[in-house]
Amino acid sequence: MTLLRKSQIGRVSAVFLCVALWSAADAADLDEQAWREECSACHIAYPARFLPAASWHEIMRTLDNHFGVNASVDAATAEKISRYLAAAARPASRTQAEPPPLCITETRWFMHEHDEALAKQWRNPKVKSAANCGACHQDAEAGRFSERSLNIPK
Amino acid sequence: MLVRVLMLLSFAALSIAAHAETPQDLLQGWRAEARAQSAQFAGFSAERGRSLYFAQPADWSCSTCHTNDPRGGGRHAVTSKPIKPLSPLANPARFSDAAKVEKWFKRNCQDVLKRECSVVEKGDLLTFLMSQ
Repeated sequence: MTLLRKSQIGRVSAVFLCVALWSAADAADLDEQAWREECSACHIAYPARFLPAASWHEIMRTLDNHFGVNASVDAATAEKISRYLAAAARPASRTQAEPPPLCITETRWFMHEHDEALAKQWRNPKVKSAANCGACHQDAEAGRFSERSLNIPK
Repeated sequence: MLVRVLMLLSFAALSIAAHAETPQDLLQGWRAEARAQSAQFAGFSAERGRSLYFAQPADWSCSTCHTNDPRGGGRHAVTSKPIKPLSPLANPARFSDAAKVEKWFKRNCQDVLKRECSVVEKGDLLTFLMSQ
């Protein structure tokens, strides 16, 4: 109390609070940044909201055999990505599939959105696979999938 | 005091971010490591690097995605996502970050060879890329 007057304590606490909030926001940004950088290296960064947290957890656990490819990351990066995915994942449904789906294209909502007529398009060599979102969804890279930005290649 | 600590921290972060390697730095490091591993090590070979680049012991070779010309762009064999040129001569961003280089060697050596690459193989491959 001899070193700091009451008003000073208030000011110092305010500064500490700002720094703490700023660091927390910064950490979340760093998590998202790690996710975007790593998860868009070989394909578009599939939005976290497309799968529940249990699915992402399993995907992160098996990165050394990620759909037939080694996509392993170091422990520090994995921690950041996992934290981001857990926060941004689709809320778990009450009738959650067991085991959790690992392919976005196998989820019920995906199949509902892409009916059979569209499925034929995936065999188009310009599309190649249902996982190639950007072939039709022009803004897929930015995580936007509205019909307005849809352009199915002929 | 707090401001000074913050300034120091940001300075430290900046200097870490600014730290970058060159292909020559990486080769030098791997050369020292190879020498330490074996007295018989007689330097990296672009020819051995070429054989490694085109080797396809299982499903894939390096050239499957990076194409027969590492100075040109490639395409991911599964996802079709475009891949920027692998050669540092065509793409200076390549082989400029040791952590990134080790990450991709670890992944792609597992994909192609089903094992990690030796330090000699890494040096051979980069020597091949630099000779193209």
